[in-house]
Amino acid sequence: MSAPAEAETETLPTLQDALALGLTQREYELICEKQGRAPNQVELAMYSLLWSEHCAYKHSKKLLRTLPTEGEHVVMGPGENAGAVDAGSGLVCAFKVESHNHPSAVEPFQGAATGVGGILRDIFAIGARPVAVLDSLRFGEPGESARARYLLDGAVAGIGHYGNSVGVPTVGGEVYFEAPYEQNCLINAMALGLAPREQLVRSAAAGVGNVLVLFGASTGRDGIGGASVLASAELGEDDDKRPTVQVGDPFEESKLLECSLELLELGLLVALQDLGAAGLTSSASEMASKGGVGIDIDIDAVPLREADMEPFEVMVSESQERMLCVVEPRNLDAVLAVCEKWEVGGAAIGTVTDTARMRVLRDGEVLGDMPVPALVDECPLYDLQPAKPAQPLYEPPAAVLEPSGAPQKTLFALLSSPNLASRRPLYEQYDSIVGSRTVRRPEQADAAVLALPDGSALAVSIDGNGRRVAADPRRGTIAATLECAANLACVGAEPLGTTNNLNFGNPEKPHIAWQLTESVAGLGEACRALRAPIVGGNVSLYNEGATGPIYPTPVIGMVGRLPDARRAGRLGFVSPGDAIALVGPFAPSQAASELAKLRGHQLPDGLPEIDLDASVEALASVRDAVRSGALSSAHDVAEGGVAVALAECAIAGRLGADVTLGEGHWEALGPDDGPGDPGWPEGTPDAALFGEGVGGILVSGPESGLRALAARTHVRLLGRVGGERLRVSLDGHEVIDAGLGELAAVHAEGLAGWFA
Amino acid sequence: MKFGVLQFPGSCDEVDALEAARLVGDAELIWHRDRDLQGADAIIVPGGFSYGDYLRAGAIARFSEAMESVIAFARDGGPVLGICNGFQVLCEAHLLPGALLPNINLRFTSRQVRLEVSNAETAFTSACPAGRTLSIPAKHSWGRYHAGEQTLAAIEDAGQVVLRYAPGENFNGSVADIAGVCNEAGNVMGLMPHPEHAVSELTGGSTDGLCIFESMRLAVQGAAV
Repeated sequence: MSAPAEAETETLPTLQDALALGLTQREYELICEKQGRAPNQVELAMYSLLWSEHCAYKHSKKLLRTLPTEGEHVVMGPGENAGAVDAGSGLVCAFKVESHNHPSAVEPFQGAATGVGGILRDIFAIGARPVAVLDSLRFGEPGESARARYLLDGAVAGIGHYGNSVGVPTVGGEVYFEAPYEQNCLINAMALGLAPREQLVRSAAAGVGNVLVLFGASTGRDGIGGASVLASAELGEDDDKRPTVQVGDPFEESKLLECSLELLELGLLVALQDLGAAGLTSSASEMASKGGVGIDIDIDAVPLREADMEPFEVMVSESQERMLCVVEPRNLDAVLAVCEKWEVGGAAIGTVTDTARMRVLRDGEVLGDMPVPALVDECPLYDLQPAKPAQPLYEPPAAVLEPSGAPQKTLFALLSSPNLASRRPLYEQYDSIVGSRTVRRPEQADAAVLALPDGSALAVSIDGNGRRVAADPRRGTIAATLECAANLACVGAEPLGTTNNLNFGNPEKPHIAWQLTESVAGLGEACRALRAPIVGGNVSLYNEGATGPIYPTPVIGMVGRLPDARRAGRLGFVSPGDAIALVGPFAPSQAASELAKLRGHQLPDGLPEIDLDASVEALASVRDAVRSGALSSAHDVAEGGVAVALAECAIAGRLGADVTLGEGHWEALGPDDGPGDPGWPEGTPDAALFGEGVGGILVSGPESGLRALAARTHVRLLGRVGGERLRVSLDGHEVIDAGLGELAAVHAEGLAGWFA
Repeated sequence: MKFGVLQFPGSCDEVDALEAARLVGDAELIWHRDRDLQGADAIIVPGGFSYGDYLRAGAIARFSEAMESVIAFARDGGPVLGICNGFQVLCEAHLLPGALLPNINLRFTSRQVRLEVSNAETAFTSACPAGRTLSIPAKHSWGRYHAGEQTLAAIEDAGQVVLRYAPGENFNGSVADIAGVCNEAGNVMGLMPHPEHAVSELTGGSTDGLCIFESMRLAVQGAAV
């Protein structure tokens, strides 16, 4: 076949150009083979993006195929813009988490803002109205690092700016501060949307002769090469890459959202796709690939911000707030009229063909011509070469606490530490209630709860403690997944599906490959046990800089449902006189705990074994008890262990408690066929009070309801709710006696100072 | 009794306001390009970021076609409630005295606040429980109410300060703790907190906002009798 016209008049790019764009020599040669000639500039630009790690998942795809993706509630699995699960009464819930790490490390405000914008477009691209955003953030130590504070402040402001302005509530999230995130912060955003089941739309282009309409913002030079140069390589000198960061406009997004949903409601679209990483290149070719068709794009028809943009720039621009749809010719005028109503630009820029080729044209001249399968599906996939590191990968954290101390002093240190302090300085910057669905606001319950029209509710949680995953990638990931499920159980929700964002270092290095392989194995194991299949997600690799890799950070987002929104659980104590119990097979350990971190301990090699089945059963028993109204409060025991969990329940409920810990001091009840009591650390007060592990939930309520839980899981009756102090005795000795006001003040001040 | 709720590109809380109004009467959305107020008996200008609010909060929306009709409707004595961005729009349109400035902390801030009803004899507060504070969420970045000394004295004297932040609740730095004001004629009110987000036990944290909509209903139906 003949080469495109431009190739004859311009010098073709060389192998060196291909390497500069992030391709390997072998990949470049393969592209030449598939093209039957050397690619020209437009083609090479498009291949380099679609064959980047970010778009092609070339180091992770084989692993991801091992994850469970099917289940009774799954309506749309991985492969579309977002996954979707059955939310009952004819509604589906679409959801997904995505990362915007490297852009945010370069420019936190816009990086985080456009991260929110991107994930919202994924949701409405499948026809769902976004109803909630959550975010998962990682930074360096704010007490040590001005850069960490700058990134934190900028990212939180950016998330708020975008989400608040679009009118989608930010209902939850999490943030951790650890030195390995100092250079490479993590900004993961998750969104949920609701749609009538019949309104879901896929992205496969179909119908030869149908028209491609690009609508939304015009196309500029922002974000050129974002997917390849920025997202698929290790971070270097930030300032050079600033021009690769996109700039967001939430007002444009808000109009685009309404316009897209109106087009779908009117039944005017054959297919819909958002423009994200790699812009027009990836959205058009992926639509063509999914539909098994070809697409011709007329570069001249693309509305531009600058007149003199090169064709390759038009094709790879990552300008935000743009969507691409396929429309039958007879509906074109109606589609453009809806665009005009919402004051968003709309232009017919191409057609669906039967050639299975992606062609880029200008004035009828062919500037690029590539087989769609080669472009989208034939990037080589790589096997990882995992090897467990012989030496610890991470420096011990800086010690900020004495090796031992009085328990009360330790409790206060934990409550005010950046990872445990109140998140109020962050979430107060977010609108958490717009849309009138928010049943539980931040810090009212372990999971966010969103009311549905039929009286039921969705619950959603996002979690991923990278330090524990660094200590043990498989068990750490199981623990993160269990924690999400525990958060759902505490509000009475059963998991419907899971999304994940795998944030790791450079997978070409054997120790990172090992972390990734182990972590994905753990994720699959936990999701199977919880019957919470993966319906979508994202992979963010190469998260490392000169100072080494980030902690391996699989961020897990889980969506569940509870039948009666009015019975959604809460975490704070409710009624004086209620009994308090620690429920589940909880065996606390200091390994990789917050306390170990504050004391500067080196990460252990491995975490204690997890009894997954027993943990899942404990969660189910709590979930059912919450649903039946038997409990007043439920709160998962996480960072900081039982003592911190008790303090959090007391602070949130503005009620004290009187509690006794220790074998022989509490009343232990358990399943008849199991051990009377799972492993409780004796003689080590720090492990008992502040040790961490999976499978523990702190509940309060009428004593009979708590005792009834023992039919299915371990129950330790600890004491009573009441008064204005938290009193804890361990093995018969009083170890904590603190006023509520003091606890709340310590908890409140931990992060507040960084936002002054 | 029918409420009309304006909808601008960039409005966020218009459906929430619509649903809240429907708890006490009929309600319809009115598109910003529409000059026809569809026979509404009362108008709500909702919260959000109309036209992106990139110039100054509410500065563009006041020039919309629908707002031209709302200004005429208000001048004829029709009841108009502006919530958050709507309050900003009504100040920009000079239907209300004063202006809204960036919060004193220069951040978007979202908080449940307690409000004192300073004047319970208005078309917007007559149904509010006497002597009790209202618990209503506020969420904005430009909510610091400001008025010059003379204006402030005048609106205080005339009872136009309708709602105040209770002690300790004025996070945005509003002058004299003012959370809501009405015009001299008493038929136009704006407030920064969101009563439409406090109408349901399930999602509101309280139902204290309902009395604002109920007051409007009583005012309209009383006037009609």
